[in-house]
Amino acid sequence: MAVYEHDVLVIGGGLAGMRAAIAAQQLGADVAMVSKVHPVRSHSNAAQGGINGPGVGEDGGPWEEHAFETTKASDYLGDQDAITVLAQDGGGEVLQMEHWGVVFSRKPDGRMAVRRFGGMGKARTFFVGAITGQAILHVLYEQLMHPARFQAMRMYEEWFVTSLIVDDGQCRGCVALNIRTGELHAITAKATIVCTGGLGRVYEPSTNALICTGDGIAQAYRVGAPIMDMEMVQIHPTTLKGTGVLITEGARGEGAYLLNKDGERFMQKYAPNMMELASRDVVSRAEQTEIDEGRDVDGCVFLDMRHLGEQLIKERLEEIYEIARDLVNIDIAKELLPILPGVHYIMGGIKTDVDGLTPVPGLYSAGEAACVSVHGANRVGANSLLDTLVFGRRAAEHAVPWLKGKVFRPIPESVVEKDRAMIRGILDRPMDGDRVARIRRDMGVSMSANVGIFRTPERLNKQVEELKALRARYEKVGVEHKGKVFNTDLLFHLELGYMLDCAEMITKSAIERKESRGAHTRLDYPDRNDAEWLKHIVLTKQPDGSEKMSYLPVTITQWQPQERKY
Amino acid sequence: MKVKLKVKRTDPEKGITGYSQYTLDMHDSATLLDALISAREYEDGSLALRCSCRSAICGSCAMRVDKRARLACRAKVIAITGGDEEHEILVEPMGNMPVIKDLVIDQESFWTKIRQVDPYLQPAGPVPEGEYRVPNEAMLDLTHTMNCIMCGGCVSDCTVLEVDKNFIAPAALAKAYRFAGDPRDGHTVERLQKLSEYGGIWDCTRCNMCVEVCPKGVAPMNRILQLREMAIEAGITNNTGARHTAIFTKSIVDGGRLNEVWMVPGSVGMFNLPRIMTELPGALKMLRAGKLPLAQVIPPGAPGSHKMKGMDRVRNVVRKSAMLKPKKAEVTD
Repeated sequence: MAVYEHDVLVIGGGLAGMRAAIAAQQLGADVAMVSKVHPVRSHSNAAQGGINGPGVGEDGGPWEEHAFETTKASDYLGDQDAITVLAQDGGGEVLQMEHWGVVFSRKPDGRMAVRRFGGMGKARTFFVGAITGQAILHVLYEQLMHPARFQAMRMYEEWFVTSLIVDDGQCRGCVALNIRTGELHAITAKATIVCTGGLGRVYEPSTNALICTGDGIAQAYRVGAPIMDMEMVQIHPTTLKGTGVLITEGARGEGAYLLNKDGERFMQKYAPNMMELASRDVVSRAEQTEIDEGRDVDGCVFLDMRHLGEQLIKERLEEIYEIARDLVNIDIAKELLPILPGVHYIMGGIKTDVDGLTPVPGLYSAGEAACVSVHGANRVGANSLLDTLVFGRRAAEHAVPWLKGKVFRPIPESVVEKDRAMIRGILDRPMDGDRVARIRRDMGVSMSANVGIFRTPERLNKQVEELKALRARYEKVGVEHKGKVFNTDLLFHLELGYMLDCAEMITKSAIERKESRGAHTRLDYPDRNDAEWLKHIVLTKQPDGSEKMSYLPVTITQWQPQERKY
Repeated sequence: MKVKLKVKRTDPEKGITGYSQYTLDMHDSATLLDALISAREYEDGSLALRCSCRSAICGSCAMRVDKRARLACRAKVIAITGGDEEHEILVEPMGNMPVIKDLVIDQESFWTKIRQVDPYLQPAGPVPEGEYRVPNEAMLDLTHTMNCIMCGGCVSDCTVLEVDKNFIAPAALAKAYRFAGDPRDGHTVERLQKLSEYGGIWDCTRCNMCVEVCPKGVAPMNRILQLREMAIEAGITNNTGARHTAIFTKSIVDGGRLNEVWMVPGSVGMFNLPRIMTELPGALKMLRAGKLPLAQVIPPGAPGSHKMKGMDRVRNVVRKSAMLKPKKAEVTD
């Protein structure tokens, strides 16, 4: 068995992962990155609309404003110490990206331009057309391609992590499958930073890429790291009819309207001040209400961009123009675009402190996989990119000094052998007529039906039963392909296991939270209940395999909870 | 809608290649990727392909569809078949890169070429306290190039790379433009010098294939042409490509048509006898076919060289097109 040893192991090659890797390297650490896809294929690409830049010039605005709006949007479930860090460090990260070469759109005076995003009192979101995430992702990869960095960093590209290694109470790296050879190896490290992104594929449909299967969240859960706020699943207000593809909030930021089948700007009824730019949970609930009450066309409402003009659309929303043209054959400069709410983001995840550290020594997390928590019950648009950069960097900056003087402990071969046996077990199973894809689809459709925008005890309890049945099917299902090289059939099986873990955590937490807050709407408890539920729900797997549910208080520093109106 | 696929298969473990045929029942708005995923999930778990975002931003699913590189997620079945359900769509891995399995190619050579163009910003002076102040037009221009998702389609179908592995190829050259054209970058001249060497900007034959297959409108060839103009502007002219452009222009401005006699020595260098000799057989053939008019023995610009009628108009066109040349933007403070 080849032995791989590194100071810092970053799992995931998206924004959080690359930012962490660069920061760790700048501090002189020996860094490795393992990613199941090439870094530029990561889902950070999909963040179209922009990145908030608190404190960047006048347009970024004072950090306190951004922090307050983030807190309010979180429906006061966000931890205010963490939100303060996000707002105070955020501006520096945006400028760092600009200095590394991100081609931010400009104003006539040459300074960076801003657009308005939902939940924000003013325009403070910096952007690159409608490809902000893609532009930053590619620029970070440019930085990694610098010879000094590239030669010093080990890239385990297209390696799939099967488990985290926790030995003697510390995280010591991971076991991973080289997708190209089918061989399993231990990659040992003094510090491991999980930056594996979200879990959107637990739902069907979803805006998320096919790779967003909650791997890191499930892996961390399995080794005993606490998982927090899992009931908080963000439903994005504008996803494309029939495809679930994301239409950026930047469209509404540039002035697009939402119309129902009667051509009415229905947000007047739900958020008379902020209208289309109210918080995402508010807008999605409004749309779903319009749809449920029959003011829809084929289950959709409309995004109206006709009045924005062709020039603005081509300059600032080109990506949306192309997606609409290519996927639904609609010219957004001339026609209405049918949209509906769709699953987009998980506010919850691996519980960390403001330095990305989990209660398991040596195990860090950042980005969507983590829950610091800065997003609370609802994330503001353009805060996800900011979150990845700020906490990716901070995790590395905490990990590198921490690991100095630590020594490698040899990892017993049995650690790898355990996963090897697990995989052999899957490959040896006979095909019994069921398929991984079928179980995954049934999981996604049932999660959307039962743990979606409006939640009831009946639906939630029904989902518990559904998930039990799906779990039973999963334990028996085999894979058709037995080969070693690029066996995606096997990978999808392993991913489904991660997704089922996540689906169970989401459902359990949603049953537990008996109030409505942010993205979590219980029809049987329609109001927010600060007296009982101003707290986080935390799930932790115990050494004996059982699960413990506990609570953590919300950190409140300067913004007392108040009624949330837009 | 019935969808018929014929997919090229490579099994590296058994060392065999062949084709698999699938007939699938898909909804009318299905993309080729939807069909391939359906085949993989419900018909044949051994079929390997990369895919992730389903919306043309991750660059994973580039492959050859009826012999042209495309993103499977952007290829609507109905647009490929024209609604003919009997049309069997031929799906093959991209070209110019080795196959790992089925539709999965090894993109290492692609990335090696990207790294060859020093693909990171090298700022001119000290980093400003705030952002660099630069014109929006420059950022919008670069954003078009940043639209590149590194799918490899242009490299797959590049006709030069097919015959010369040394060519840096369209994607990397477009990436190079993203820095050479960035007002914040301080190494434009060094970059252009390196790009003017063998394998660089002058080796493109302008076949336009990369422009046609690019799913993101990056139009790599046009970026290559911009780099050529920038290189000449910067005085990097001591190479065949730049000299070819110069003698070409001179020939047109002087006489209104190409002077075939002086094209070769003008391009490779007047005293580059060995190189000129290699062109002799071709020149003799042209002579026999009457394509080297004797009047062209006089070099363009020399007294007595041949002039077309209406030279004023020709020169006017040349002058006007020269005015269209954009200038590289600069940091404004």
